[in-house]
Amino acid sequence: MASGRDDFVIAFRSAFLKKKDKQKFSLLSLIILSIIVIILSNINFKPIQFLKIGINEIIYRSSFIVSKPENYIKNLTLKFNEHMNLFENYENIKSELENLKEEQITSNFLKLENEKLRNLINENINSTEVLAKVLIDRESPFLKSIILNKGTKDNVKMGMGILDGVYLVGQIIEVNFTNSRALLLSDLNSKIPSVLAPQNIQAVISGTGKNYGIIEHTKDDIEEDLKDQDVIIYTSGLGGLFKPGIPIGKISKDTNNKVEFFSDFTQLDYVKITSYTLGDKK
Amino acid sequence: MASLNKSTFLKVSASYLPLIILFISVFNEFDFNYLKIENFSFNFVYILVFYWTLRNPDSLGYFSIFLAGIVNDVVIGIPIGISSLCYLILCAVTAYIRNITLSPNFVKDWFSLLFTMVLINSIQVIILDLIFLVEISYMSYVVNSGFTFLFYPAFFLIFNLLNQIIYQKKND
Repeated sequence: MASGRDDFVIAFRSAFLKKKDKQKFSLLSLIILSIIVIILSNINFKPIQFLKIGINEIIYRSSFIVSKPENYIKNLTLKFNEHMNLFENYENIKSELENLKEEQITSNFLKLENEKLRNLINENINSTEVLAKVLIDRESPFLKSIILNKGTKDNVKMGMGILDGVYLVGQIIEVNFTNSRALLLSDLNSKIPSVLAPQNIQAVISGTGKNYGIIEHTKDDIEEDLKDQDVIIYTSGLGGLFKPGIPIGKISKDTNNKVEFFSDFTQLDYVKITSYTLGDKK
Repeated sequence: MASLNKSTFLKVSASYLPLIILFISVFNEFDFNYLKIENFSFNFVYILVFYWTLRNPDSLGYFSIFLAGIVNDVVIGIPIGISSLCYLILCAVTAYIRNITLSPNFVKDWFSLLFTMVLINSIQVIILDLIFLVEISYMSYVVNSGFTFLFYPAFFLIFNLLNQIIYQKKND
């Protein structure tokens, strides 16, 4: 019995402490180093934060370079598919354009009316936009985020919104000197204050880790209100991070209250980093 | 002379192949860990580290594995050091298995991988969810571990083939 325990101890010690010919470090020393790194990387101490930013910069750039061949093949496949579906796409776009032309007339009127009303209460919205390229869009099953090529040197700050065209896709959660990380709306940790139209119901749109979102923190009998009609979700502007009225996604009649995001997060190439200030009209 | 140089080059390249695959898989956007297929993912790096540290530990240095973990954390966006810790625990288990086994047994190795994955995923979940308060999907971890376990035999065959080539090149 004692010898069995001795064998275990010897095997255990040998596994953790013994260095093989080609190993320069023992396992135990590296495990301790990993734990120190985990603790240090989360201490808000300036030199450590600078070191972390430096590591991020180097790894993001290297990852971008390593991913170049793969991205080239991915783009080639996409272009080929687009080419093959050219006629079908043309027909769809033609009918969509007709619908949009009709909608634009109504929307122009609403825009003017909205401007007039804002003038009446002496309020205006100033927004700034920075165009950014998506460096890495490697997602994991646990976290959904993208790396952008704009950082503090371009005045990017934490919490700024990310737009794909006019649609909201996420928000900045980490800023380095020349790049930043944005959390996508589909991530479990993403919570966006929103308004459901046309019912005008306040809610929070939360990511699920999959390619759809869910409604949270809203009125109890919401399902009654959403029944039998399509719902469009916009940012409500509550919390002051996002401009009110940015389209997020929609809930179709037969999708069980699942929020389908307008933007396809797998196809992000260039995005806009936005911030806004709400102030009195001067 | 030229053929001699060529063969030396091939020998050196072949012995570095596991290391190259490891770094490409942590740096590259393409990730078996996220194949954009609902309820399907597997951790290729776990399989790679487990196999090579068990069967041919000289081909993957512990420090390289530590660095690969750091790179993986930065690229994915989780607190730095977590993947390194997980990969090194995997190495510790393989080192222990190597020390206690006289003749390697595939089935025992295979089930050891499952046990180790349960252990390291639990550590990862505790660190992320309870310490850093990052919301995570437990189901993703279960699915990921399940498919990693199921895919191990397939990669075992491929890596065995590669291991034989490396050994052949070394003994040439």
